[in-house]
Amino acid sequence: MTTTPTTSSTPAPGLVYGLYSEGEPITDTKAPDGPIDRRWNTRKFEAALVNPANRRKLSVIIVGTGLAGGAAAATLGEAGYHVKSFCYQDSPRRAHSIAAQGGINAAKNYKNDGDSTYRLFYDTVKGGDYRSRESNVYRLAEVSANIIDQCVAQGVPFAREYGGLLDNRSFGGVQVSRTFYARGQTGQQLLIGAYQALERQVAAGTVEMFSRHEMLEVIVVDGKARGIIARDLVTGEIETHLADAVVLASGGYGNVFYLSTNAMGSNVTATWRAHRKGAYFGNPCYTQIHPTCIPVAGDHQSKLTLMSESLRNDGRIWVPKRAEDCDKDPRQIPEEDRDYYLERIYPSFGNLVPRDIASRQAKNVCDEGRGVGPKVGDFRRGVYLDFTDALKRMSADAVAEKYGNLLDMYQRITGENPYEVPMRIYPAVHYTMGGLWVDYDLQSTIPGLFVAGEANFSDHGANRLGASALMQGLGDGYFVLPHTIRDYLAKGPFEKIDESHEAVVEARASVDARVAKLLSINGDRSVDSFHKELGTVMWEYCGMERSEEGLLKAIDLIRGLRDEFWRNVKVLGGADTLNQSLEKAGRVADFLELGELMCIDALHRRESCGGHFRAESQTDDGEALRHDEEYAYVAAWEWGGQDGAPVLHKEDLVYEFVELKQRSYK
Amino acid sequence: MNLTLKIWRQAGPKTKGEMVTYPVTDISADMSFLEMLDVLNEQLNARGEEPIAFDSDCREGICGMCGLMISGKAHGPEVTTTCQLHMRSFSDGDEITIEPWRADAFPVIKDLVVDRSSFDRIIQAGGFISANTGSAPEAHSVPVPKHHADRSFMAAACIGCGACVAACPNASGMLFTAAKITHLGELPQGQPERSARVVNMLDQHDREGFGGCTNIGECSLACPKEIPLDVINQLNKDLRYALIHHGTPE
Repeated sequence: MTTTPTTSSTPAPGLVYGLYSEGEPITDTKAPDGPIDRRWNTRKFEAALVNPANRRKLSVIIVGTGLAGGAAAATLGEAGYHVKSFCYQDSPRRAHSIAAQGGINAAKNYKNDGDSTYRLFYDTVKGGDYRSRESNVYRLAEVSANIIDQCVAQGVPFAREYGGLLDNRSFGGVQVSRTFYARGQTGQQLLIGAYQALERQVAAGTVEMFSRHEMLEVIVVDGKARGIIARDLVTGEIETHLADAVVLASGGYGNVFYLSTNAMGSNVTATWRAHRKGAYFGNPCYTQIHPTCIPVAGDHQSKLTLMSESLRNDGRIWVPKRAEDCDKDPRQIPEEDRDYYLERIYPSFGNLVPRDIASRQAKNVCDEGRGVGPKVGDFRRGVYLDFTDALKRMSADAVAEKYGNLLDMYQRITGENPYEVPMRIYPAVHYTMGGLWVDYDLQSTIPGLFVAGEANFSDHGANRLGASALMQGLGDGYFVLPHTIRDYLAKGPFEKIDESHEAVVEARASVDARVAKLLSINGDRSVDSFHKELGTVMWEYCGMERSEEGLLKAIDLIRGLRDEFWRNVKVLGGADTLNQSLEKAGRVADFLELGELMCIDALHRRESCGGHFRAESQTDDGEALRHDEEYAYVAAWEWGGQDGAPVLHKEDLVYEFVELKQRSYK
Repeated sequence: MNLTLKIWRQAGPKTKGEMVTYPVTDISADMSFLEMLDVLNEQLNARGEEPIAFDSDCREGICGMCGLMISGKAHGPEVTTTCQLHMRSFSDGDEITIEPWRADAFPVIKDLVVDRSSFDRIIQAGGFISANTGSAPEAHSVPVPKHHADRSFMAAACIGCGACVAACPNASGMLFTAAKITHLGELPQGQPERSARVVNMLDQHDREGFGGCTNIGECSLACPKEIPLDVINQLNKDLRYALIHHGTPE
């Protein structure tokens, strides 16, 4: 069971920074060689087939019902496998994929503007700041067109033109229109499509659905993933579920920052428990911070809300030139006293620079004391996003037609009318590119444990482009995993095990002990207070800008906090009932371990790339500076044991098709 | 502002519940309604009382997980979800009653948390288009007239929160069911199963213990996504057609 690693004082000998060691590199990712446009076909052909009659004898557990998990459960159910699907929400339709607004990319070239599979592949590798695998990204681009076909067949109501054909828009700074959308609710509509396909399989009896269940441990038997321990969140019962393979599609870990655009329940527990059982964690420090979110309003804030970055197409971003103007009514600040800092620093891209750059510059001006809005702590954390010019140019009706739902949402949350007063925005944690390390088959380093969607690390490198997350989730779930998992399942059914197996008993006992421990501490501090404090540390030292000094400090702070958590947390209520405090406590306990690994990963990567900006690695004018010779690899971290140190395994990234370049947006 | 909250507390599905009064102080107008409950829960936790159980997840009005009867109105005084309701809609000194959704088809699990799995079972009965992965034709092979696509989208905006049921004096789930009938029935892809869909979904709706629709219209007024009442006309039209042409279900 989890107890408390002691606070570090004397670094162990032989460790880098006293924090980690380096192990053997990863040399084989199982991607076939050859021309890049043949690799996926080759893999699909070489992957073993399972006779339809044998499929119902094979069982697969899928944790999470978002785009990746829901799509995989439906597809494997349709194929005839016996699927058990789990989600912590009361219905699989509520997974957080539902909150994605903007759209989904696909290389359909419906606009005849020169798009192609290769161009989508190229844009995505470049957008990821050359830290993703070419083979994986090419496959993603390849299946993207199938996703749109599939969703339309399911009844997803994408936006259409008057001729009845699908509409597209451009998104995320690329020069083609390849983004399919359903107003600002694309994620919702795609998820409902997957959910309906899933419920159809529930009715057909191929999928067993376990809502309000949370996975708390993975069962590993003879080195293979064979099941999970889950808690029924209504009755509190700890249940054992066994299968021939396990798929984790449990989403990202942005809630380690406490405040993020994630849902309240989004957590790392499923993947972190697997990590502790032997699954490597890939690039944990790669987090995406989205520039256009509604700022924090006060200490009570429970989550942050994103507004689509399409607002940057017509809004202008500024702060006052002088700190003493920051509490003035912005409408009273004359033009010459305003600093349109993105237009000033990046004259050619202006307000449309990539997400990471827009976010970091907002932080910089606020750090200088020129932020706007209410003070939270000692600082004003907000910049203006001003539609005044757009309203003059386009009329209020035209602005409403284009952005009405976003402006309404802003007004509902802040109580301010964005047609009259400039909006305030600030960056917020939005997506995590890191996740469990997987090979080309989406299999982790535990055989039989597959990882799909945001939960894996695989396709976005150090930075994700807009409208790529939905593509990856559905790509993995509908088209990739169902083909690769069959190669594994063809070796099964595996040896029968039952609940008396030593590994099952051990896994279950560890879950029981952890639940009992959390309920027995009965200290002085609530779970939320620990979570908030962890979030503050992560945001300050492992957020938009990271430095060696700050990260070392954060690691110490996190260790101290984790130590206190296990001595002083207060969780009321029982184990045998719905107990939301207990649920949160388990999740925060895992975030307290993950946070340290994120800092270690950020510390070891002494370069800036994508969403990871190291203060020590910047150009003379303050831009991110990559070091390809040293760092063009995936950092895959092995759990080093409760009192041990994590072990770094490097997987070199080889670029055969795309030339590595430094990004410039000046 | 200072408020008096009267909140439904119920330890479990089979225990008897009661309204309990909690005063809260120093509530900021910028807080969301659920953040106000978070503050209360932190206070309860600090004094050793078990926090109030309530559902919420995305807290941005799209997942449909949250839902409270606030002073007798589903999701409270504004047309929005509970999570997007802010305290500026209330005034200092207000007394607010907070209850779970009340319907036989949504049994209470604990405090303000209810079981809405009946909605999932209605979808299982036919709220889908049967299109196995990999079998789809090229997306542009079937154009969809824009007004059909728009109407389909309007109905597909349903978030399955259950406010329609909670607001209905009959506790009918008709708006939810009809929104799905309309979403799929407006699309060419939804035509082959259209008649079977309406018959089977409605049959399941009735089996789950939802009440019948008597065209009162409270459902549509309470709907945070403003699904219009006329989707129920569509359902009735589809049902008539199905029963005449295909007979009653087995």
